[in-house]
Amino acid sequence: MIEAAEKHMHQNEDLTSGYTTADGRRIGDVMMDLKSITLRFGGVVAIQDISFDIRQGEIRAIIGPNGAGKSSMLNVISGFYVPQEGEVWFRGKKRPSLKPYQVAQQGIARTFQNIALFEGMTVLDNVMTGRLNFMKSGWLAQTIWLGKASREETANRQKVEEIIDFLEIQSIRKTPVGRLPYGLKKRVELARALAAEPELLLLDEPMAGMNVEEKEDMSRFILDVNDEFGTTIALIEHDMGVVMDLSDRVVVMDYGKKIGDGTPDEVRNNEQVIAAYLGVPNE
Amino acid sequence: MSADFLYGIEVILNGLMAGVMYALVALGFVLIFKASGIFNFAQGVMALFAALTLVGIMEGQVPFSHLINEVFGTEVHHFGWHVPALLAIAITLFVMVAFAWAVQKFLFKHLVGQEPIILFMATIGLAYFLEGFGDLMWGSNIKTLNLGLPQGGSRVIEDMTAKLGGDDFYGFFIDKLDIVATGVAIVLVLSLICFSQFTKQGRAMRAVADDHQAALSVGISLNFIWVLVWSLAGLVALVAGVMWGAKSGVQFSLSLIALKALPVLMLGGFTSIPGAIVGGLIIGVGEKLFEYLIGPMVGGATENWFAYVLALAFLVFRPQGLFGEKIIERV
Amino acid sequence: MFYREAGDFKTSYEADSQTFPIAFDRYRYWFVLAVAFLVIPFVINDYWANALLIPFLIYAIAAIGLNILTGYCGQVSLGTGAFMAVGAYACYKLMTAFPEINILLHILLSGVVTAVVGAAFGLPSLRIKGFYLAVATLAAQFFLVWLFNKVPWFYNNSASGQISAPERFVFDIAVTGPNTKAWAAYLVCLVFVTLSAIVARNLTRGSMGRRWMAIRDMDIAAEIIGVNPLKAKLSAFAVSSFFVGISGALFFAVYLGAVEVGEVFGINKSFLVLFMIIIGGLGSIFGAFAGAAFLVCLPVVLKVIGVDLFGWPPDLVAHFQLVIIGLLIMFFLIKEPHGLAQLWRVAKEKLRLWPFPY
Repeated sequence: MIEAAEKHMHQNEDLTSGYTTADGRRIGDVMMDLKSITLRFGGVVAIQDISFDIRQGEIRAIIGPNGAGKSSMLNVISGFYVPQEGEVWFRGKKRPSLKPYQVAQQGIARTFQNIALFEGMTVLDNVMTGRLNFMKSGWLAQTIWLGKASREETANRQKVEEIIDFLEIQSIRKTPVGRLPYGLKKRVELARALAAEPELLLLDEPMAGMNVEEKEDMSRFILDVNDEFGTTIALIEHDMGVVMDLSDRVVVMDYGKKIGDGTPDEVRNNEQVIAAYLGVPNE
Repeated sequence: MSADFLYGIEVILNGLMAGVMYALVALGFVLIFKASGIFNFAQGVMALFAALTLVGIMEGQVPFSHLINEVFGTEVHHFGWHVPALLAIAITLFVMVAFAWAVQKFLFKHLVGQEPIILFMATIGLAYFLEGFGDLMWGSNIKTLNLGLPQGGSRVIEDMTAKLGGDDFYGFFIDKLDIVATGVAIVLVLSLICFSQFTKQGRAMRAVADDHQAALSVGISLNFIWVLVWSLAGLVALVAGVMWGAKSGVQFSLSLIALKALPVLMLGGFTSIPGAIVGGLIIGVGEKLFEYLIGPMVGGATENWFAYVLALAFLVFRPQGLFGEKIIERV
Repeated sequence: MFYREAGDFKTSYEADSQTFPIAFDRYRYWFVLAVAFLVIPFVINDYWANALLIPFLIYAIAAIGLNILTGYCGQVSLGTGAFMAVGAYACYKLMTAFPEINILLHILLSGVVTAVVGAAFGLPSLRIKGFYLAVATLAAQFFLVWLFNKVPWFYNNSASGQISAPERFVFDIAVTGPNTKAWAAYLVCLVFVTLSAIVARNLTRGSMGRRWMAIRDMDIAAEIIGVNPLKAKLSAFAVSSFFVGISGALFFAVYLGAVEVGEVFGINKSFLVLFMIIIGGLGSIFGAFAGAAFLVCLPVVLKVIGVDLFGWPPDLVAHFQLVIIGLLIMFFLIKEPHGLAQLWRVAKEKLRLWPFPY
């Protein structure tokens, strides 16, 4: 059955109705479709005519050497950079040019390569910021802090506490973020992104600078998030072992171009990918 | 040519001269900001302090005489000698260098790595301190600074340009002091550029401005460079203080020219010396022209705010200033 | 008796997120309020009211306002003096145009007017950041003061160019004008301070406050997680200016009675309030009180020591005051950027464990 699924994938590139992964999870329709994205900074071309899609429920990895344009790609998805050319389709509709906060309100959350937590606030407050899109009480209600504002705070706090439990950071709940070690900060950042209950979660090098144990923890969290909440995940990672184990499909970028796209096995055997990673002999 | 038009030109010329003065103060800001990322609000008070010190030394005033008299019940005011101008300038320069060293040692050494806005607020504190200190040291009465610089309208220019207009035009009125100031400013800028381009210290200074860490790793002493730039800023403050002091007396309002230099910087960009100069000229001409053309309609004294509003309007459209580089934000 | 949180278990999220989670703090809070409302009005005299208490209360409101903008939202403003002037002039215009309406309402409305003006001057903050913005707020400072000086409409064409507060009553008791009793003026200010502090606390503890702090700590990340920077910054400017406007209105109507705008609401006022929040503590409502208390007391204390005790001339003492304030600002920025409020917090943490070191 597993072999059959894999075979199916190899044979048919047109996966209109989704596919079933090796471990039996059902991957759905295309959630985000990036069409011919080109991004330039002045004369520098960061991303050149790249197209790929992210499907409902899958873990999609973006890999490539340093400076390949991976983070820029994530920034395009989260609306921080506006590409000069190309279209972003989300949930079957072409996305107009949105501000980053509007993208966030559509259900796309992310973490950052260099941790971008709010250093002056506690862990709890940081994770609570992930709930901001759910907190709608007006300024008047907040001014008197009776009724709606207070109820809303408690309801969202409950949700946040669930995530804190899930990521096992109960004990540092009231610690200012600035005092935490690196690995925990990464975890708090994930908690903040999860608090937004995203449909699509973007992780920019979630395991950079971690030791093996921390990487194992983080991998487990990522799989659990995908499994339990059904969150679609797109991640950038340099650790090939992690990428190959975690992801369902992989996009490979080099110098702003896409040089490979497919299952981990396909990508592993792609000649261009090997050349980009290992180099080719000069002719 | 009509007289109105010629008066307009005179206004522009005077604006240019005022702009040179603004640029002079702005230059001190740029020097410090480039090398250390500190936005030195105290620059204007430094100019005041330098001018106060210069006058005090020339007149042979006893420093802190007020305080000493109150504490010990004595009646000292003057040493009774007069120091020649050049020697007094040298001593003042020495005081400014000592001040630079103290600022680095006691203040900014402890604030390394802080956010720019914290450093900015620290310089506001420094400005208050220095203002009070200067008053304690030399007294707060208005002093006249007499270095023998030429003063008054320039007869030559007036006579030469009188021919341009009709009978009711008497030629351009331009203060000789402004001309001297312009000359001094040009010399100062040129020598600063030469210093930063052709000397070892200048090169180190530019290296620090580019990248602290990299400069540190090739063996440049950040501490030394920062004392150096604060000293240079002290020198610029002295020149600015002398020019403004000679023009309108050494008094508290002198420190307010620093406030005028801020919009100049916003216009020109905080890191650009040419920007400071061009920005200064634009503001100088702009505010004089605005006062001349629009001022009478709205009750005058528009010079108080025009520079800020101009800079603000400008910044909204070009946040990096005239000569600043475009900011690419990253995460 | 003992300052402990042990045994004080929280069983709901409401209880956990209340303003004073420790019982002792709650009792002290009620005690301070009781003294302020029930004891001081009966013992107050003119000297204490005018030299210390009333300025302290009014500056505390201004400091709360600026702290919301600078301490919570990270936008430094050097235009506080001008926004206080907006409050003062708005109050004056309202008082003279609608004399039949209650003065307290006028003061509130002055806050609203200032909030609108503040939000308008906050618009550039979307494009300009950091000290560029600080300098840009100077535009507000100089322009507004000039405007109030030059346009006769604002001071009802009075010959002196000043504005002076007519007599107004609350429950038939004069709270403005020359016949105001010290205790009445004090109580009006106290009511506004208390309400301001409660409102500020409520706004900063919920989603609005978190939006502000997110913008303060990392504006780009805040935008990417879904904070609309336009709304967040403008609301901070508006709320901040609201408080500053109220303090300006009180400063003019209740405290001074007559105002010459350049003198009272000049740039030095802006710096003074900024210093209050630096010394008191950025991003803390208690800090606004501490800073205001400190900088209101300092000149009085220096005057008592310098002029009355040593017999020095006042100008010498004034110079010392500048030196000391400057030194204090630098000291706090170096040693304790969170100001007196942080010192207080550290002291309480120590006390919680006392007599054990850990």
